[in-house]
Amino acid sequence: MEIFNQIAESLQKGDHEKVAILTRKALDDKIAVQQILDDGLIAGMNVVGEDFKHHRIFLPSVLLAARAMYAGMDLLKPLMIKEDVRTIGKVVIGTIKGDLHDIGKNLVGIMLKGAGFEVIDLGNDVPPEKFVQTAKDDNADAIGLSALLTTTMTGMKDVIDLMKSEDIYGKVKVIIGGAPVSREFAEQIGADFYAFDGMNAVETLKAYVKDR
Amino acid sequence: MKDFLDRVKAGDIIVADGAMGTMCFEAGLTAGDCPEIWNIDRQELIEKITRSYFEAGSEIVHTNTFGGTGLKLAPYGLQTRAAKINSEAVKIARRVVDDKAYISGSCGPSGKILKPYGDTEPEIIYAAFREQIDALIKAGVDAVTIETMVDLEEAKLAVRATREVSAEIPIMATMTFDSTPKGFFTIMGVSIEDAAKGLEEAGADIIGSNCGNGIENMVRIAAEFRNVTRMPLIIQSNAGMPKVENGKTVYTETPDMMAKKAKEMIDLPVSVIGGCCGTTPEHIRALRKMVEA
Repeated sequence: MEIFNQIAESLQKGDHEKVAILTRKALDDKIAVQQILDDGLIAGMNVVGEDFKHHRIFLPSVLLAARAMYAGMDLLKPLMIKEDVRTIGKVVIGTIKGDLHDIGKNLVGIMLKGAGFEVIDLGNDVPPEKFVQTAKDDNADAIGLSALLTTTMTGMKDVIDLMKSEDIYGKVKVIIGGAPVSREFAEQIGADFYAFDGMNAVETLKAYVKDR
Repeated sequence: MKDFLDRVKAGDIIVADGAMGTMCFEAGLTAGDCPEIWNIDRQELIEKITRSYFEAGSEIVHTNTFGGTGLKLAPYGLQTRAAKINSEAVKIARRVVDDKAYISGSCGPSGKILKPYGDTEPEIIYAAFREQIDALIKAGVDAVTIETMVDLEEAKLAVRATREVSAEIPIMATMTFDSTPKGFFTIMGVSIEDAAKGLEEAGADIIGSNCGNGIENMVRIAAEFRNVTRMPLIIQSNAGMPKVENGKTVYTETPDMMAKKAKEMIDLPVSVIGGCCGTTPEHIRALRKMVEA
């Protein structure tokens, strides 16, 4: 349908006002919330993700597209709750205890939300207990851990160890990222996934929830 | 001591210092600590690191103020002490080098993302830079180094804030580029050509790049800068990309590797050569030897 293309294209251009107007129009035309979300907003964001991955666009364009995504989501959200429309997944994110660097984590949050995930952002300097408790209480699909400091990245293992003793390890997946983190490190500490950047985190989690 | 910019204009190649942050971690800085508070609490350690660079042959030493804006200090609850943290940093460096080396005030990103991409107004970021740089200049730095920038607009705000505080102070301004299949860009998508143009227009005297992913790419970045600008250049490379071995972060480029490769930049020429993350006084010693050879 033409309106979905219009929503997707406006989103790709980062035109948040137009996305809001079109989303409103789609709702007025009695189009299903799920369809507006999937075929309009998420479809547009998928193109943005691909463009970013292939270096056709840069971070600023992604951030503007994500802002446009929110503009549409804000209108859909009340109805999604009412109609019990599921998001594609729920992710708890935060930076490790002792780490006050949160730009990377914030970008991941923006991109995850942009891709249609529900994101619970615990902020920075988050103790392991809080990650685990929130994941349990909110029935999350994954925990995303970020560290910028080499000294705090070891705290990621503490979260995973606690997940094991609380028996949610394997049920809730762990994805880690941040400047000092590597694939080898992820394997060492038993993280399920490693993401080399924000968009990669989104792709990885999308692939996971799809195959689940 | 001869005026810094006169030496650059005369074609001298000046060796700066290496990493401060990674040296602080070596010296015992722990998770969640603010490196800049050591300018007040652990002056002897900052003094020691600065001295080790000075003794290795640095003619420019940087202050321990990379995260010294109120915006960066705020998460530690230190924003009200920004001026003091910055002025103490200059005093420490001055105790070490007296007038035998230049002191440049380090100024890193605010940690905020400018509107419309992020949520912060340019005025807020400008004011934070201005406060920091005013403190550095009042305390007597010989130059200011605006470094590791990825957003050109933010870098320009810092350069302009510096120019507003002082019309004469030499300004070095560097951005951090990643290698992509389409060439070098900052994560915010700034090309080397745009960086060169923007930083010069904003009022920087010496421009270039720091941090990044190792000396090999840095040599390419320097050459690309040379192709698009006649401005004097500054290059401060990481000692490679950090790797984790046995739970410890290591940087793999040795002083010899770095100095050997950096020689290619001398011919461009590059006016200021130093190091970033993972470099040590040994890297600086090797660079100085290479420059003087």
